[in-house]
Order: sequence, then C-alpha cells, then structure tokens
Amino acid sequence: MPLLASIVLLAQLPTGTVVVSPDGPVRTLARALELAPEGGRVVVRPGVYREATVRVTRPVEIAGDSGAVLDGEDHRQLMTITADDVTIRGLAFRRVGASFNEDRAAVKVVGARRCRIEDNEVEDGFFGIYLARTTGCRVVNNRLRARGRTEVTSGNGIHLWSSDSALIEGNTISGFRDGIYFEFVRGSVIRGNASGGNIRYGLHFMYSDGCHYRANVFRGNGSGVAVMYSRDVEMTGNRFEDNRGSAAYGLLLKEMADSRLVGNTFIRSTTGLVAEGADRLEARDNDFIDDGWAVRLTASSGGARFTGNNFIGNTFDVTTNSRQAFSTFEGNYWASYRGYDLDRDGYGDVPHRPVRLFSLIVEHNEPSLVLLRSLFVRVLDAAERVVPALTPEGLADARPAMRPLARQTPVAAR
Amino acid sequence: MSRFAALGRVARCQLRDVARSRWVIAYALFFAAITDALIRFGGGGERAMLSLVDIVLFVVPLVTLVFGTTYLYNAREFVELILAQPVRRGAVFGGLYLGLAVPLSLGFAAGVGLPFLFHGATDAYAQLGALVGVGVLLTLVFSAVALLIAIRADDRLRGVALAIGAWLLMAVVYDGLVLLAVSLFADYPLERPLLAAMLANPVDLARVALLLRFDTAALLGYTGAVLRQVLGGPAGMLLALGALVLWAVAPLALAARAFARRDF
Repeated sequence: MPLLASIVLLAQLPTGTVVVSPDGPVRTLARALELAPEGGRVVVRPGVYREATVRVTRPVEIAGDSGAVLDGEDHRQLMTITADDVTIRGLAFRRVGASFNEDRAAVKVVGARRCRIEDNEVEDGFFGIYLARTTGCRVVNNRLRARGRTEVTSGNGIHLWSSDSALIEGNTISGFRDGIYFEFVRGSVIRGNASGGNIRYGLHFMYSDGCHYRANVFRGNGSGVAVMYSRDVEMTGNRFEDNRGSAAYGLLLKEMADSRLVGNTFIRSTTGLVAEGADRLEARDNDFIDDGWAVRLTASSGGARFTGNNFIGNTFDVTTNSRQAFSTFEGNYWASYRGYDLDRDGYGDVPHRPVRLFSLIVEHNEPSLVLLRSLFVRVLDAAERVVPALTPEGLADARPAMRPLARQTPVAAR
Repeated sequence: MSRFAALGRVARCQLRDVARSRWVIAYALFFAAITDALIRFGGGGERAMLSLVDIVLFVVPLVTLVFGTTYLYNAREFVELILAQPVRRGAVFGGLYLGLAVPLSLGFAAGVGLPFLFHGATDAYAQLGALVGVGVLLTLVFSAVALLIAIRADDRLRGVALAIGAWLLMAVVYDGLVLLAVSLFADYPLERPLLAAMLANPVDLARVALLLRFDTAALLGYTGAVLRQVLGGPAGMLLALGALVLWAVAPLALAARAFARRDF
C-alpha cells in the first residue's frame, strides 16, 4: 500500500501533470507519456485521438475527461501497458477492428503488476481489456461493447491469461465472443459484473484454481457460462438467465473438483446446470426456475451434494445418464413433489425421486421429446414412480421440503 | 321450408334438448371449477394455463366422444320422426352436428375463459385464446368422430365402447406406438417422421401446437427447434389449424355419407 499512496500523492502534484488536448501544446498521448515523469499523471481533454498504439512503459496515471476518445480506426491495438502501477481511468476506446494475426485489444496489459483499469468505455472492441502475466490488477466499472457476429471474427471482453490476484468488478460486457475469459488465473475475484448477449460464453473459465465469482448476471449468451478444469472454485449469488437453444445452458461445470455453488439462480434456460465430471460439488441454496432441464448430472460427477435448492416449474428437474446414483440430494424443495408431511416438520415423509422415466427416455433418444406432456408419458412416469425399474433408485431426496425455501434475497423476481 | 331453415330448426331442437339434459352445464361448471382452483392455488395465470393444457387434452376428447355417441342414440326417435317429414337428410345431419358441437364448445369456452376474465389472472390473451381455440377445435373434431361412430354402430353399448376405444387409441395407445417406433428406429433421423406422426393425430397435434405457444423451455432444444420451424410462428399455427379442421371435416363427411345412406 505505501507504493499506492505515493502514487496518489504524486498524482496530486501539479508539476507531474501533463495535459493532452486536440488544440493544446501536447496533442498526442504518445508525446504526453514522453513528457510525464515516472509516477506522473496525464490528463486527456475531450476530443478524438487517432495515433499509433499508445505504449505505456512507465508507471503513470492516464485520466480521460468525459468525451476523450481513442480511436483505432478498425486496424490497430489502442494501448499496450508493460509497466507496473499504471492507472487508466475514464477513457473511451473505439474501433479496435478484428484481426486474425494477433489478439488485438483496446487495452492490453502484459507482464505488469498492480494495474488499475477503471471507468473506461470500449466501443466496437475486438478484444476489450486483455491481461497477460499480470499480478494484482483491478478492472472495475468499465463498459465494453462489441458487435461480433461469429466466434472466429470476434474476441473476448475481459481476457485474463496466466494472471494472479485480479479483481474484475462491476463491468458491463456484451457482444464479444466470451464476455469474461479466464485461463491459468489464480486467486482472483469476479464480482458484480453483467455479461450478456455474447456470442459464445458469458464467462469462460479454465485452469483457474481458487477463484471466486459472485453476484454476476449472465443473461442470454450463446451458450451460457462454462467453468472447466479447475478446482476449489466458489460461485455464489450469480444469476444465469435466458440461455436458450439446443446447446445452451446456464452453467456448465466440466472436470471441476471441490467447487461450491451457493445461492445462484438458474432461470428460463433450456438447461440450467450441466455437471460433467464435477467431483465433490457442493450445490446449496440455489433456485432452479422455469428451466427445461434444471440439472443434468452425468455419472462422471462423483460425490456431488445438492441441499436446500428450490426446483420450481422445470420440465425436468434432474436427469442423469446412469442407473447408479453417485450424488446425494437432501432437503431440497421440489414443486413436483406429491408426498405428505404427517409429522409436520416441514419435510415430506416419503422420499422424492426427481428423475422421471421420460427424462431417461429423452436422454437416450432426444426426438421422443415430442411426446412431452402426453397422457401416455404421464402413465409411464406414474408407473415408474410406484415401482422404479429403470430410473436410478438411489437418486432420491429423503427429506424433500414441503414449501419453497426462503432466501435472504427474495426468490428470483419473475 | 328451405334447407337452412330446416337445419337451423333441427339444431335448435337439439340445443334445447342438450341444454335440458344439464350435462353441458355440468361440463362447463367442471371446467370453471378446475380453472378457478388452478388460478387460486396453482401459482398464477400462466402456470394455471399450462396445467389446463393437460386437462383439456385429457377431458375434451373423452367427454365429447362419450357424450356425443350417447347423444345420438338418445336422439334416435327424434331423428326417425323428423326423417318422416319432407326434410332433406343433409339438413337433419347438419342440425344434429351443430346441436352437439355448439353447446359443448360454448360450455368449454365459458368454463375455461370466464374464470380467467373474472380473476383478471393473465395478460397473455394470445395464449388463452390458443388454449380455448384448440379446445373448441378438439370439440369439433371429436363431435364429428362421435357422430360417425354412432351412425355406423347400431348397438348403443357397442357404440359407446367404440367411442372409448377410439379415445384410448388416439390419446394413449398412439403415443405408445410412437414411442416404440422412436426406440426401434433410434439410429435414424426421426424429427420429420415424428412431425408427420404428430400431424396425423388430433390429440397430439393439439398438444404440440399448445406447448409451442406456451414456450416450454425444454422445447428449445434440437427437437423443439424442428417443431418450432414447422409449427411455430403464424404460418405454423395456420398449418396446425388447417390440419385440425381437416380432422373435423373428414370424419364429418364420412358420417354425413353414412347418415345419408343409412336405413333407419
């Protein structure tokens, strides 16, 4: 912290400040950066600046007035930061332009520590904010938009590769390939972002152990959110909404170990949660509402525990591809539960089997979905419920709650 | 007496008769009670409608078939009497059909529609309209099938048995056979044959058309995409509507022919 404090001190010294303006003595950011002392400050007055990629090689703060625009004219990266302790605040970055040769970004930070990228705007980004080999960077309150049409011609909104201890907070991201992209990231936090309308994933998360993401909203992304090949990941209070389409889901957990999924909402998606090889997953206090398939749990997910979740209005609550049950369900609320509670302890006296025979049939043979809600299927399901012959007998909730479980924050406003 | 005047008069006689039997009132009250309960306890209008889809698909064909066949057997003496008058058979048949289908349709529409309007439970009038419309179409279809059965089968018991058999076939057995076919031919692309199979059964057709309207998230998968492509949208609704109308017209034409040739 003393270092940070000294930066703040220096920034307040008028001697270290260089002003860039379209009609002043200093007209380009490049020139301003040459003039600014180490730890100094560059103030960018309103105007559109078109210049070669700005290279920040010394610790400085660059602060844009409202209306300060850096324009890439669709063919260059806008800013590259290779120094520690750089702050970029209040700038608008425009027209990065797609590239097939390089990961061109609005702001790229390479091999730097403690960068702060705050309150900026990216319009028509290819990549938006790109962090490679960074430590302790903060990317806060930025608005990023792209107009990508296909996966190959667009990049990611906030892209982190091989970084450590980053904070990604309060950003709004739309129209990229992946809204937020994490690969080989350690101990970082993704908090309070809204990532929606991206072509592939709202959040794409791989090989990133010990990370934590909470209170984000992922809405209407092409496939949803994919969190893969990581361990010890904490996911709390996020909303996964409106992910619709034949291959779309709210959240995909693939090859994940020891992760916690707590207090999230999965709503109006073709599939809410897909868990493939999610070992020892703890899913607690989540709401699954109005999904086609609320939870798809493959047999490769061992030792998952589902407790205190609400399952309301889903076509299928749980499907699996095995007759064996490797996961436990306890104390969840199932709107489809038909049992009774004679001892009035708030939990049903007969176990609930959430896997329907029809869901198994559909799992093996997708076209049979056309028979959804037909009388024949009801009869089949009812018969199977009485005498389970094909559905996994062990996959049952022995203590199904009789009423929807209350949340501290109100259950998904519908 | 002109042909249509005669048709109208027969229909009116039958309407009065059906109304007097109070069955239709009970039918309307049944739907009103169920709908009301679903709105009150089922968690809102949209969800009530989705539950109603199941009930409509189950009850409307069954009641229409059974009620329709017994209706014609009960009207037997009246039919014989009226055929002794200088009235064309076509007019009598038309009157019989309207006298059956109109009160059942009205009873159903009122039973489902009024509770929604009374509670003001929904803004989704398009969905409510689809539900009521499809239910009325099903009534028209199965009224025609009921007449066909009752005219072809002399014996009342046999007729009612045939009606229940027809219901079982279309509402339950057919889907079982479809499921069997799906599992037998699992290795082939089945979406389009299945679509044809759904078009070929009025109950399935009604079900699929309604489910697409009700936006069930599970139907957004691949199978749903194929269904939506053909049956979704305004053109798809027209196709479903046309197929259902065809399903009403074909048995009606057969029944009319049988009625015209029959020796009473």
